Amino acid sequence: MADEPPTAALDVEGPAAPPRRNGELVFEAPWESRLFGLTLSLHRAGLFEWEEFRRRLIEAIGTWERSRPSGEWSYYRCWAQAFEHLLADRDLCAPGELEAKTTAFASRPAGHDH
Amino acid sequence: MSGGHDHAHGASDLALRVEALEALLVEKGLVDPAVVDEIVRHYEEDVGPMNGARVVARAWTDPAYKRRLLDDGPAALAELGFGGDEGSHLRVLENTPAVHNVVVCTLCSCYPWPVLGLPPAWYKSPAYRSRIVREPRTVLAEMGLELPAEVEVRVWDSSAEVRYLVLPARPDGTESLGLDDLAALVTRDAMIGVAKVRGPSDG
Repeated sequence: MADEPPTAALDVEGPAAPPRRNGELVFEAPWESRLFGLTLSLHRAGLFEWEEFRRRLIEAIGTWERSRPSGEWSYYRCWAQAFEHLLADRDLCAPGELEAKTTAFASRPAGHDH
Repeated sequence: MSGGHDHAHGASDLALRVEALEALLVEKGLVDPAVVDEIVRHYEEDVGPMNGARVVARAWTDPAYKRRLLDDGPAALAELGFGGDEGSHLRVLENTPAVHNVVVCTLCSCYPWPVLGLPPAWYKSPAYRSRIVREPRTVLAEMGLELPAEVEVRVWDSSAEVRYLVLPARPDGTESLGLDDLAALVTRDAMIGVAKVRGPSDG
């Protein structure tokens, strides 16, 4: 397995296959799984009740459905909005902080993380 | 990220934003990346419809267990070692020749994670969430499940208080199968109520 070329086709059957359930990936992109994991880890650490998050998720989904902004439906985009609102409301992470960090990350030179 | 065509908060922007969010939460000491890794791994590898399939197979073969499952879902799940996130409010709905149950979460995406894993994309879609309530027979038919007119369709809307698992009907021709073989027949879709369990000879 170790000498497999890096360009090998995605293994969908064997032990190295990405997790699929009834033929579907659990997460469609790595950021979705990180977001999910971050949310659940803060909840498990006792920083908020799941219902507090759920209420904001319902709000975010409802807002999208009422306004139907341009761009595709993305469940985890709504999740991200809900999580950000919760963090701001609980004074865990202010929107300005996140904007600044995101801008800083966006201006990193290519290949920064390797 | 050289496309230059991204709308505000396009997928690549979101990836960056979530990366920034994680970095901030780690800096603040609120998050341990190893814990996040473990949660993701758990949901990608350990939790999924195979858990629910074991519950269903057990209920098919053990009438006393089935009774406990229908009476007190969380306790019966705990007997098989399943529980935790989103599992404490589970109610099990039995399909019969007269009644077919189907589950939705109209407001968001509530779903019995310990027995089904995370919900599929279609379960979270605005179309399924709104239409299955208004026109369940049509939506089920579009998903490949035609139900006779005399079968009553019950649509159950998940909520903060309750999550649902459908106990599908055991297919004919499975009398000689053991627990593992039975569990292998049970699909996620059947436990949401948008499909039936097919027997080994149904192809």
